[in-house]
Amino acid sequence: MIRFLITGLVRDRARSLFPAVTVIAGVMLTVFLQTYLKGINSNVSDAAAAFSTGHVKVTSRAAAREGDQPSNELALSGIGPLIGQLRHQFPDLIWTPRIRFAGLLDIPDDKGQTRAQAPIFGFGVNLVAADSPDRQIMHLERALVRGRLPAGRGEILVSDELATHLGVGPGGTATLISSTMFGSMATSNFIIAGTVNFGVRAMDRGAMIADIADIQMALDMADAAGEILGLFRDSVYHRDTAESVANAFNGRSAKIGDEFSPTMMTMHGQPGVTELIDYIEIVSSAAIAIFTIIMSIVLWNAGLIGGLRRYGEIGLRLAFGEDKGRLYRAMLVESLAIGLFGSILGTVLALIPAYWMQVKGLDMGYLFANSSLMVNSVIRTQITPATFFVGFVPGVLATVTGAAIAGVGIYKRQTATLMKELEA
Amino acid sequence: MKPVLVLMVCLAACAAGATAQTQPPSGESILKKIDENQASGNRITVYEMTIHGRRGSRTMKAKAWVQGVDRAFTEYLEPPREAGTKMLKLRDQLWTYSPSTDRTIQIAGHMLRQSVMGSDMSYEDLMEDPKLQNLYVATTTGEESVSGRSCWVLELKARPGVDPSYHSRKLWVDKDRFLPLKEERYATSGKLLKTTDIKSVRQIQHRWVAERAVFRDALKNDGGTEFVVTDVEFDAKIPDHVFSQASLRK
Repeated sequence: MIRFLITGLVRDRARSLFPAVTVIAGVMLTVFLQTYLKGINSNVSDAAAAFSTGHVKVTSRAAAREGDQPSNELALSGIGPLIGQLRHQFPDLIWTPRIRFAGLLDIPDDKGQTRAQAPIFGFGVNLVAADSPDRQIMHLERALVRGRLPAGRGEILVSDELATHLGVGPGGTATLISSTMFGSMATSNFIIAGTVNFGVRAMDRGAMIADIADIQMALDMADAAGEILGLFRDSVYHRDTAESVANAFNGRSAKIGDEFSPTMMTMHGQPGVTELIDYIEIVSSAAIAIFTIIMSIVLWNAGLIGGLRRYGEIGLRLAFGEDKGRLYRAMLVESLAIGLFGSILGTVLALIPAYWMQVKGLDMGYLFANSSLMVNSVIRTQITPATFFVGFVPGVLATVTGAAIAGVGIYKRQTATLMKELEA
Repeated sequence: MKPVLVLMVCLAACAAGATAQTQPPSGESILKKIDENQASGNRITVYEMTIHGRRGSRTMKAKAWVQGVDRAFTEYLEPPREAGTKMLKLRDQLWTYSPSTDRTIQIAGHMLRQSVMGSDMSYEDLMEDPKLQNLYVATTTGEESVSGRSCWVLELKARPGVDPSYHSRKLWVDKDRFLPLKEERYATSGKLLKTTDIKSVRQIQHRWVAERAVFRDALKNDGGTEFVVTDVEFDAKIPDHVFSQASLRK
C-alpha cells in the first residue's frame, strides 16, 4: 500500500511538489542554523581553551584572585613536580605549562640600534619538544603563514601582521623587552622561525610565541610558569568531569594562608568566561529552539493546507465508499513520506554548505578589528550528531501533525451530504 | 598720658614682631633652598636598592655618574644577573644596555612608565627635572613634626604650561636642613601615586643627603623600595665620554 501511495505522490506532482519543497526549505534552514550556532558556540570556547583558559587551569591562588591577566610575579613555582603530580593524578587530561607576558619586540638595524618596535602579547608554550601538545592545541601547523615552526631553542613565531608591520620575516633577529618575574627589565634575543595567523584577532594583532624554556630564562622564571592548562584529550569540554577534577585537586593541594600555593579553576570558574560561554550557549540553544518551533508551525500549516487543498478529492473518495479510517491512514502515510523525503533531502542540502563552512570558514575579521576577545574571527559551522536529527522535528513531526489535524475533518463529513457538497 | 602711649607703642611693636616671627617663609623660598641643597654640578653616587616584593626581597647595587640635571649614567654592579646593565640619560632621552643581548635600546613612550629594575620607581621618575622650582609652584600650608624634626609642610602644584609626571606633591621639609623628610605625589585626579619616607640623613660636603629612604608605589601591593646611599662624591671630575652611547657597550 505504501509503495502505491508513494507512486501516487510521485506521479501527481500537485499533491507532492509544493509540500515537499516547503519541507526541504524549512529543514535546510533549521539544520544550517543549528550548525552555525553550534559553530559560534564552540568557536568561543575552543579559542578560549587553547589560548587562555584550558578546560581546567592551575594557577597560584594570588593569580586566581587577580583575574584574567595577572602579573608573572604571581606565577607558580616548582612546576616540574606539580605537572608530574597532575599527569599522575589526572591522566585523562593533557597538562601543559604556559607563560603569558607582555612587552615590546624590538628589531635592530645593522648597527644594533632600534629599527622598528611594537608592543606584543606573548606566549611561552611547549613548542620545541617533539611530543609538544601545544603545537596541536594551538593548531600551529595550520596557522603557519611563512617560514617554519621553531626547531630549536631561541626561535620564535610572530603573527604575520606584526612581522609585516615591523618589516621582518623568517630568519630575522628580534629582541624581546619585557619584565622578569621580579619586575626587572628583561631583554632577550630571538630568531624569527616563522609567521602565523590564527584567525583570532586578539592574537593576530601582535602575538609572539616562544618555547617556554626560553621564556623561563628570559623572564627569570626558572621552574616557574604563569599557569598550567589542562585539556581533555577529545578536545571537548566536559563540565561535570572538570568540576570533579578541580574539586579533587583543590581538596589536596590548597595550603591555607599561602597565596602562592596552586589552585585549579574550571573553564566556567574563570572570570569573564562563565558569563560569555553560558550566554552564548543559552542564546544559541534558545535560537535553535525558537527557529525549530517557528519552522514546525510553518510546516504544520503547510500540512494543514495540503489537507484542505484535497477537500474535494477526499470527498469524492468517501462518496465512492472508501473507508474513513483507511483514507485517514493514507493521508498520514503520504505526509510521513513527504516529511521523510523533505527532511532527508533538506538535511543533505544543508550539510553541503555547512560542511564547506566548517572546513573553509568565513572570515569576519572586520567585525573583530579592535577586539581583545579570544574569539576566532573566522566563523565556522559545526556539524554534530544532533545536526542529522534536528531537521526531522519540523520536517516530519510538524508535517504529519498538520496532516493529522486536517484529516480529522474526514470523520466529521457525512456521507449523506457528500453528493450535495460535490454538486455545489 | 605719655607712659600709657609708650606702653601701647611697645605692645604694638611686640605684637608686630611676634607676627613676623610666626609668619612662615614662602613656598618659593623653601623650594629654592631645597634645590640649592640637592643640586650640584657633578656627583658620583654608589647606592643599594632593596626591592621588597610579594615574593621576597632583592638587593641591587649600582653606581651613578650625574652631571647637572641633564646627564646621568648608571651601571648596575650586583646581583650577577643585573651586573653590567647600564642606563644613559641625555636631556629627555634614555637608553638602556643589556650585556646578555648586547643591545642598546631607547626607552620611550609608554615604556617610561615601567618600573626600573622591578623597583617602585619608574623611568619617568628618573627622567624628571630634579629642580622642583622648574616644575612646581609651592605654597607653605603649615608645620608638622616628622621623625622628631620640625618641618614646613609644602603643597606643590604643576606650573602653568609645564607637564610634570605628577600633577601635585606634598612635602614635609626639615626647617633647618631644607631636606624633604617625607613626600607624597599625586595624579591630576588627586589619587595618591607615590610616597617617599626619609629614614636617615647624613651631611656630606656641607650638604644634607638622604642616606636611607623608602620609595613606595601606592598602587602596588608590596613593601616598597629601600634606597641606601653608601657613598657620594660631590663636584667630582667626570670625563665627558662617560655620557655617550659608546660607553654603554664598554
